[in-house]
Amino acid sequence: MIELVELNKTFMLGEQSVHALDQINLRIDAGEYLSVMGPSGSGKSTLLNMLGLLDRPDSGRYLLNGLETTALDETERARKRSEMIGFVFQAYHLVARLSARENIELPLMLSGVPGAERRRRSKQVMERLGIADRGHHLPRQLSGGQRQRVALARAIIRHPLLLLADEPTGNLDSQSGAEVVTLIEELNRDGITLLVVTHDLALGQRAARQLKMVDGRIVEDRCRQPAVPESAHG
Amino acid sequence: MGERDSLLFCWQSITRYRFRSAMILLAIGFGVAAVVVLTALGEGARRYVLQEFAFLGKDVLVMFPGRNETTGGLPPVTGAAARDITLADVAVLGRRVSGLQQSAPLVLGSAAVSFQQRSREVIVLGTSAAFVTVRKLKLARGRNLQLEDIERASVECLIGQTLERELLQGEAALGALLRVADYRCRVVGVLQGRGDAFGMDLGDSLILSVAAAQRLFNTAGLFRVIMQVREGYDPEQVKQQVIDVITALHQGENDVTVVSPDALLSTFDDILTAMTLGVGAIGGISLLVAGILIMNITVISVGQRTEEIGLLKALGADDRLIRKLFVLEAVLLSVCGAVLGSLAGLLLLLLGRQLLPQVDFAVPLWALFGAGGVAVGCGFLFSWVPATRASKLLPLNALQRR
Ligand SMILES: Nc1ncnc2c1ncn2[C@@H]1O[C@H](COP(=O)(O)OP(=O)(O)OP(=O)(O)O)[C@@H](O)[C@H]1O
Ligand SMILES: [Mg+2]
Repeated sequence: MIELVELNKTFMLGEQSVHALDQINLRIDAGEYLSVMGPSGSGKSTLLNMLGLLDRPDSGRYLLNGLETTALDETERARKRSEMIGFVFQAYHLVARLSARENIELPLMLSGVPGAERRRRSKQVMERLGIADRGHHLPRQLSGGQRQRVALARAIIRHPLLLLADEPTGNLDSQSGAEVVTLIEELNRDGITLLVVTHDLALGQRAARQLKMVDGRIVEDRCRQPAVPESAHG
Repeated sequence: MGERDSLLFCWQSITRYRFRSAMILLAIGFGVAAVVVLTALGEGARRYVLQEFAFLGKDVLVMFPGRNETTGGLPPVTGAAARDITLADVAVLGRRVSGLQQSAPLVLGSAAVSFQQRSREVIVLGTSAAFVTVRKLKLARGRNLQLEDIERASVECLIGQTLERELLQGEAALGALLRVADYRCRVVGVLQGRGDAFGMDLGDSLILSVAAAQRLFNTAGLFRVIMQVREGYDPEQVKQQVIDVITALHQGENDVTVVSPDALLSTFDDILTAMTLGVGAIGGISLLVAGILIMNITVISVGQRTEEIGLLKALGADDRLIRKLFVLEAVLLSVCGAVLGSLAGLLLLLLGRQLLPQVDFAVPLWALFGAGGVAVGCGFLFSWVPATRASKLLPLNALQRR
């Protein structure tokens, strides 16, 4: 589904250049569950943004379902994002003036789904995420865990093929964190390709495939031992 | 994104950023209200003036000797005529032109009018009874002139109220014998009010039979003929018929000018419309200021909503949609502002009508729609640049507010 070939991204910080992605080669198949770990500043978010077509590489190739994305213009990339990709941002990025339900329905609205259908699907998703009674609340009236769920609901309401989550549990207590993780893993079992960036070792080790990044390079790419029984189902 | 959803999205933004929206609404509302009120003042002035000059009415033609090629202007007071218009001409016109209801010949001069020992120099008008009816003059007392034969001098006369006051000084006016130069006449009626005619104050004038005035001023020619067009006839056609008949009477030479007051009034009309346009434009400047405010606020709004723009892009909105949303929001606000401003302006006018009932304040439609159009156009134009800039933001940079 995804293929990165010698991908590079350098940021200039004043005089100094930072190699955020350094010759990345990566293949991800549909339905995989990956975690990305590594020290701060190692380029995890940059990789995630690259995969989500939010950023452009300086060099290298990024094939998404066989399509060379570096050749696409912004409008086509926007369309790809709307068709295939769901984001869960570390900072939620909810629209403050919109209610939880309106935030969740925003992707459908942008895709031109009619109001009644939007309502039906948002109701479904909110029930699944346990926030059905929070639909009319504004983001600031919600707790961190509830906001994260709203963000997650928004990410999955269009049934994306690829779900990119940047530290989805970073701001949550262990209880809500575990709930959110359970939810996204359920989605992965339903067939979504899942990529989670995290500092949380426990969360990272739940993934079937675990990447480790240091200084813009993938230094480790290993599969979880299927033999470990108690980590299979939380 | 569907059109209805775009509108909904913008509407939510407008109603949920109350302060910002209120500022724009206020600015545009003020601008539109200013245009509405200013043009209504101009239009009110125009109507006031037209009404003051409307004494002649639309169905009246004025004929005077001499050719005047320029149309629309005021007729020259001393026309160097090739040939006089005579009472005989007027009589023929009355018989031949069926579209003429009645005609009032006019001879004009000034003379000393005396009563007992007192004397006063006034305007003397020689005319027929038709003058009072065509000009819709009102009599304070007495009756109109009664002339059996227009070509015969009568002793009857009408006087204005100023003349009555100054000359008779409280003595009974009706039946009083006046001397006009060496001619004697008897007052049968007193005119009411000023009854302005060609810039003259009829209040200080004396009106007598046209034949008497002709003798008095020793002239055969007429100064003016005021003709009333019969109802249902086209004044332009009647005017042409009058010219044709006179041309025939004057050995094939067209040596008279016939104007309809419409032509006269249209000159005033043009001037006053230009004035209204001018004040409307001044009001328009405030709309421009409102437009610049829209631009500033859109810039600020784009700055404040950078994160939202990044999010929308991450969710798949393309540049055009982002620009459309921001422009639409500004336009929507402008429309609301224009509507509110118009209503406020109209309300102020209602108030103005209460305070000054004699002036007919009215917003010309062009001003109402023009102001609204300019407001919405400003909203569109001035939001375009910031909205385009917003749409060009890179999704990641916008999300991270870099
Ligand atoms: N827009 C940018 N401009 C300049 N430098 C940037 C930009 N984005 C990232 N960087 C730099 O690139 C490097 C990688 O950043 P990235 O955000 O990918 O790290 P990360 O692994 O996600 O770190 P963390 O775990 O703290 O989130 C960092 O050194 C960062 O300073
Ligand atoms: Mg990061």
